[in-house]
Amino acid sequence: MTAVLELAQVSRHFGTLRAVSDVTLQVRAGSRHAVIGPNGAGKSTLFALVAGSLRATGGRVLFEGADVTTVPEPRRARAGIAKTFQHSSLFLSATLLENVLLAMQQRAGRSRRLLRPATAHADLVERAHVRLADVGLGDRPLATAGTLSHGERRQLEVAVALATDPRLLLLDEPAAGMSAAETAALTDLVRSLPPSVTVMLIEHDLDVVFELADTVTVLHLGEHLMTGTPEAVRASSEVQTAYLGAADTTELFPGARP
Amino acid sequence: MSAPVVRRTGLVALVLALAAAPFLVDEYAIQTMSRILVFGLLAMSVNLLTGVTGLPTLGQSAYFGVGAYTAAIVSTSVTDVGIAQLLLAGALTAAVALPTGWVAVRARGVAFLMITLAIGEIAYSAAVRWKDVTRGTDGYSGIPAVVPLPGMPSLQLDGLVYYWVLAVFLVLFVLVRLLVASPFGLALRGIRDNEARMRAIGYPTTGYALAGYCVAGALAGMAGSLYVSVQRFVSPGDAGFEIAALALLAVIIGGVGSMWGACVGAAVVIVTRDYLGGYVAGRAPLLLGILFVAAVYLLPRGIAGVRARWPARERAEARA
Amino acid sequence: MGVLEWFDDNLVSMVDGVAFGLLLFTLAVGLSLVFGMMDVLNLAHGTLYLVGAYTAYSLSDGSLLGLAAALVVGLLVGGLGGVVLAGMTQPLANRGHLDQAVLTLGVSFIVADVLASTYGAEVLPADPPSALRGSVSILGHTYPVYRLVFIGVAAALALVVWALFERSSLGALVRATVADREMVRALGVDTRVVLVAVFAFGAALAALGGVFGAPILGPGPGVDETVLVLSLVVVVVGGLGSVSGALLGALLIGQVQTLGVAVVPEYAPFLLFGTMLVVLAVRPAGLVSLTNRQTA
Repeated sequence: MTAVLELAQVSRHFGTLRAVSDVTLQVRAGSRHAVIGPNGAGKSTLFALVAGSLRATGGRVLFEGADVTTVPEPRRARAGIAKTFQHSSLFLSATLLENVLLAMQQRAGRSRRLLRPATAHADLVERAHVRLADVGLGDRPLATAGTLSHGERRQLEVAVALATDPRLLLLDEPAAGMSAAETAALTDLVRSLPPSVTVMLIEHDLDVVFELADTVTVLHLGEHLMTGTPEAVRASSEVQTAYLGAADTTELFPGARP
Repeated sequence: MSAPVVRRTGLVALVLALAAAPFLVDEYAIQTMSRILVFGLLAMSVNLLTGVTGLPTLGQSAYFGVGAYTAAIVSTSVTDVGIAQLLLAGALTAAVALPTGWVAVRARGVAFLMITLAIGEIAYSAAVRWKDVTRGTDGYSGIPAVVPLPGMPSLQLDGLVYYWVLAVFLVLFVLVRLLVASPFGLALRGIRDNEARMRAIGYPTTGYALAGYCVAGALAGMAGSLYVSVQRFVSPGDAGFEIAALALLAVIIGGVGSMWGACVGAAVVIVTRDYLGGYVAGRAPLLLGILFVAAVYLLPRGIAGVRARWPARERAEARA
Repeated sequence: MGVLEWFDDNLVSMVDGVAFGLLLFTLAVGLSLVFGMMDVLNLAHGTLYLVGAYTAYSLSDGSLLGLAAALVVGLLVGGLGGVVLAGMTQPLANRGHLDQAVLTLGVSFIVADVLASTYGAEVLPADPPSALRGSVSILGHTYPVYRLVFIGVAAALALVVWALFERSSLGALVRATVADREMVRALGVDTRVVLVAVFAFGAALAALGGVFGAPILGPGPGVDETVLVLSLVVVVVGGLGSVSGALLGALLIGQVQTLGVAVVPEYAPFLLFGTMLVVLAVRPAGLVSLTNRQTA
């Protein structure tokens, strides 16, 4: 098994608060690996540790075999890790095209060009248009990002992340606040991604998780609870207890044996 | 007539008016116009940092001063060729902007502003104390008339100096506009609007901010060099806090983020100080203070009516 | 030259440095709290010092009573100034630091101009009360009485302010508002009142600094700018929103500006910048950081 991401006893403390505690995890190349857990389990913190916006206070993070524990975020992004934000983080006063173009030009190494206007780099602009179309926003590239609805902003979020040509894509609650139709479009998009892109995803919508994921990791109170196939997780009584503190979770995990 | 045609005609008319100015107005007015163009370049350098990159600054006067003193010293000991003074001033100022900017860009917002303020004060202090180099509070005089390009005669008339300043101004204005619309400029605006996101998509934002800082510094330095060609005199006050504050005010009045707004704001500030200031017997600071307060309350988006502009939307609006 | 000899030669400068540092503290602490709490950049802060200093000049007649009168008037005018500034910057709350900076800058220009036309363009001598004039001999050096008294008073003041902000529940409230204004508001506290109160407090303190500090740094045009820059440097070095940070930063800068200038006068303008550079390189958020804005 080639692990594109390996976490070795990774921890993150804020004073005495242990947001993430001694998590050890491997993510297979090409897998669709979901991370679930009750609120406060440390999922977003874990993503931040992988992407580099937070530095681990313990343990090691290895990306494609290389130790990136102390590598700053921009360099990790250039190495192929892309993260979407739990609360959409976009350039709200810019057009959709420019939002994607910023990611695109950096990937193409053209961010230091000084003379031609950014929008005159026709090949980049064309690819940006394609990216926007992929997430269903191709019809109004010149709209201002601030005018988008919540669901549309989540879509743009994904478009920007994909524009960096990542090899590891971290989606932090991508379907949050989306309608059923938007969620379906999102799952189609993730399914259409090539195996060269490994996807990790935090989601509370368990339907999405069980539809997309081939591996599920459960976190609880900052600690790793279990990692396994969706079915194994569904059936695990430990997981059920963690979520509800009780044994009967037939409502939560439809199809599980009680 | 559609919007772009109106804009283009207006632009041509403006350039023609600027070109015809020496034949239309008196000597003091032409000198003032030269000072407005110089100050406009300084305001543009402030706008590059504040409006484009989102780093509010009160320290550009330091680089203006470095450029001015460089040009003064070059003109008296090396060459009176304007273009040489300009390029040397720009280069030296960029070199000074690098270490000072390195300290400043480690901060953001208020902290950045405070550091730039300190940089400005230190430049003023250095100009006062380094008497061997700057001649201290006596000021640096005896600057010869500028020779724009090698082989040209020296410009003795104010009107001719004005043309030299106008030419440099127009070239630099176009270059700055190109820079702002370029991928690099887009990156700077990205840093202004959402630096965290920029880092997440791979931009080493501190490095970009530093690069922008050095470009702004060089621009301010070249403005300083032109200033010396106009005034034929430079003193420590030209590197001081008041100049930095007025430049920031010009950007606010014009509309943060707009380059032509910064130039219009520069005109308003200089006219207030040099013309209206004359009518109230040296109480110029009072007038300027009132102008500051009024601008903040009455012109929240400046004359250009903008807060932050992105190139593609401009063009989309123009086409609409 | 031995270490003891060096200390002996520079003792006067070092004591001066402590005096100056404590003066800077009274100025910077208000500024730091207002920045830290309100994110408001009050560039009229130096003007408050100037107002206090001119008050001392006008009201001190050589007696201790005169000084006391100047004190009371200075505190009142300073506090009032703080309230006015808080009110003026309130509508700009969502518009960012730039607008606040320009507004307060404009106010400082106006007030400075009014003061200059009232009192003239010279730096005025503000003598301490006759009871505190003269010098004493300490460890073989003569030292002005007033400065020693000043150190005592300012140190006591620093202690009171420190205790108030870092040891009392009132201070806890203020610190909480610095760290997370929304949360405090959610607890039912009217943060606006807290903010105006802090502004007024900081302003009154600055004016107080002006009244006491006038014999050390007298009133005149340009002094407001000097005071402002030094206060800002202290705040940047010390860390936003922290009283102990302001104290540490002020003492450090005070030494740099007096001892440093005495020992290496040729490098005087660069000492300040150099100090700032060194501190920020090691601790980008300042010596004591309350608001944890850095993540990685």
